[in-house]
Amino acid sequence: MAIKTEPFVINIGPVHPSTHGVFRMRATLDGEVILDMEPVFGYLHRGIEKLAEGRTYTQNIPFTDRLDYLASMSNNLAYVMAVEKLAGISIPERAEYLRVIMAELQRIASHLIGVGAFLNDCGAFMTPFLYMFREREKILDLFEMVCGQRLTYNYMRIGGVSQDIPEEFLPALDKFVRQMPSFIDEYDQLLAENEILLARAKGVGILPKELAISISASGPVLRGSGVKWDIRKADPYSVYDRFQFDIPIGSTGDTYDRYWVRIQEMRQSVRIIKQAMEQLPPGEVLTEVPHSLHPPVGEVYGHIEAPRGELGFYLVSDNSIAPYRFHVRPPTLINLTALRDMMIGWKIADAVIIFGSIDICLAEVDR
Amino acid sequence: MTIFNPSFSSVNHYSATLPPDWPGGFWLHWGVFVVIIFAFVMAMVMGFIYLERRGIGRFQVRLGPNRVGPFGVLQPVADAIKVLIKEDIVPAKGDKWVYWLAPVVAFVPALMIFAVVPFQDGALLADLNIGILYVVAISSVSVVGIFMAGWGSNNKYSLIGAMRAVAQVVSYEIPLVLSIIGVVLLTGALSMNKIVEAQTIPFILLQPLGFLIYFLAACAEINRTPFDLLEAESEIVAGFHVEYSGMKFALFYLTEYAEALAISAIITTLFLSGWRGPILPPFLWFLIKVFAVFCLIFWVRSTIPRLRIDQVMAFAWKCLLPLALINLFITGIQVIVWPEALPWAVVFLNLAIMAVLVVLWSKFFRLGGGRVEV
Repeated sequence: MAIKTEPFVINIGPVHPSTHGVFRMRATLDGEVILDMEPVFGYLHRGIEKLAEGRTYTQNIPFTDRLDYLASMSNNLAYVMAVEKLAGISIPERAEYLRVIMAELQRIASHLIGVGAFLNDCGAFMTPFLYMFREREKILDLFEMVCGQRLTYNYMRIGGVSQDIPEEFLPALDKFVRQMPSFIDEYDQLLAENEILLARAKGVGILPKELAISISASGPVLRGSGVKWDIRKADPYSVYDRFQFDIPIGSTGDTYDRYWVRIQEMRQSVRIIKQAMEQLPPGEVLTEVPHSLHPPVGEVYGHIEAPRGELGFYLVSDNSIAPYRFHVRPPTLINLTALRDMMIGWKIADAVIIFGSIDICLAEVDR
Repeated sequence: MTIFNPSFSSVNHYSATLPPDWPGGFWLHWGVFVVIIFAFVMAMVMGFIYLERRGIGRFQVRLGPNRVGPFGVLQPVADAIKVLIKEDIVPAKGDKWVYWLAPVVAFVPALMIFAVVPFQDGALLADLNIGILYVVAISSVSVVGIFMAGWGSNNKYSLIGAMRAVAQVVSYEIPLVLSIIGVVLLTGALSMNKIVEAQTIPFILLQPLGFLIYFLAACAEINRTPFDLLEAESEIVAGFHVEYSGMKFALFYLTEYAEALAISAIITTLFLSGWRGPILPPFLWFLIKVFAVFCLIFWVRSTIPRLRIDQVMAFAWKCLLPLALINLFITGIQVIVWPEALPWAVVFLNLAIMAVLVVLWSKFFRLGGGRVEV
């Protein structure tokens, strides 16, 4: 005799340890299997895009810190580059190099959290997470040295960076860059040799190449599916064309590949920082920019390869001191659109790690 | 040490006579041991909580609790006071009776296991001649309490956790019992004290595979990582006890550690030759071994990620069960070939067999897959 069963609906979030913020998934379950999933977001909406229209271009920089607070430097960079493009400002070479160093450090810091949180979702009881935090702490110390802040940096300025690096920065950075690869090796070993992790992550939550392209995914999510697309190479900005680095890509597009791509990207970031340190020229770090900036009438889209994907700022100017329109292309919001397709048919435990493997930051998704 | 061994001198004398010749009379013996066991369990659980939190703190490159008392040793006491004064919340639509009873049903069996654990030669509440059978029977009652908690809370998360618990415990019971039978074959007795007396060579050496299976199955039975699916924090928040607060929650917390203590004590008794050991008094040997096993348990907890439910079940049925059967078969043959006592050569033979089998299974048995077409 078969027992009569029926699917039931469960709310995962908005208050849940593994939603990395206030994300909510309305999941229809058949026992443990996910039959359907409906993402609900907007709990952290602060209306940053509208608020930005009432502030000057310079005043908007701190807002970008609060988009993806795990990658504030990258957000700063994307925004100031868009404004510079709009106003036609060129910046000193030293500032370009400093920006690249900061952006790559930020990429490492962000991937550390991404990987650590992913392992935490796998149920590794905080240990990998705290090891990641130990390394991230060193990067935060470096950031504190250059700008006095540890989370929301507000370091980049229109026309350069707010201040030059202190003299103790480069030795500290050198030490970090020498230590980091061995730490990544240690982690890689854990990844490659942990049977349970492989069983949990391999083949789970596959995002096919075609789907990844058609939803315009970007960042490690896209590269995990095997698409060689990185804006640092595809549309080089700043001084990225002067460095040598590889774009790691995955093969199947499962959670394991996304995880692997992040680990490899950390290695490449260390490589870039090493080259940037060697090439770092002396000189000014900030050009003269009018106190009240009136960019000419027009529109501009500036994008960079942020840790989580393509971060774009679309600005429209009407020649006033504030942007007429301020639009953000948040990478994780776009990447999240594939969530349902990846999740259906898997179990609750998989849903959590699939979600974790996208590595989202809700502040950016909801804005 | 005398307090644990009131007046009787010989174990044989003690257990052979029926009705038992209770030293100091039935009620005195009973009363003394109940108090001792309760105090022992509470003190050890407090110690374990402290040890685990400090230990895991070290594993996680942080300090762990160090504010209350010297080195933070009073942290469990502070926690106990905290949970006592917390508000006790009962879900409005929960099944009140079941919800109330669940923590008790879960906690009492964990305590009852200690009735047959020998702290030193003959120092145990009741030397049942079916001791190990009693342990197996009692230890699986806890899951009823867990299921009651999951059901009575009227919460979907707790129900999922409770369902997982039942599936898991029912599956792991089988390899668990089969691995114990190996020990029983070697001893020829079910009494816990006799099992310890028979261990001139610790059974972990004669039964390495049995130890491995028992350890893994026991971890699953008491729901420790990597089998802590029923309270999987990152998936179903806190699983079966998500609705519990105050002292009821504390009872579940106590259960978790009391069960870990019980499993450590049973592993010590079955495989690590219990209270036997040179120089130090037997009771201390027992304690040292219990702590060592517990350290192993929380070492695993702080390093290994969690399995998925279908993988947990596959591991029990496709990996542990065949291995346990093979182990039983090999042990049976060895007992027939060497009817008196197993020689030292068997230690190396069994270690080699274990190594070959574990490597074979890890080569051919793969966890993974798990997608369902919907």
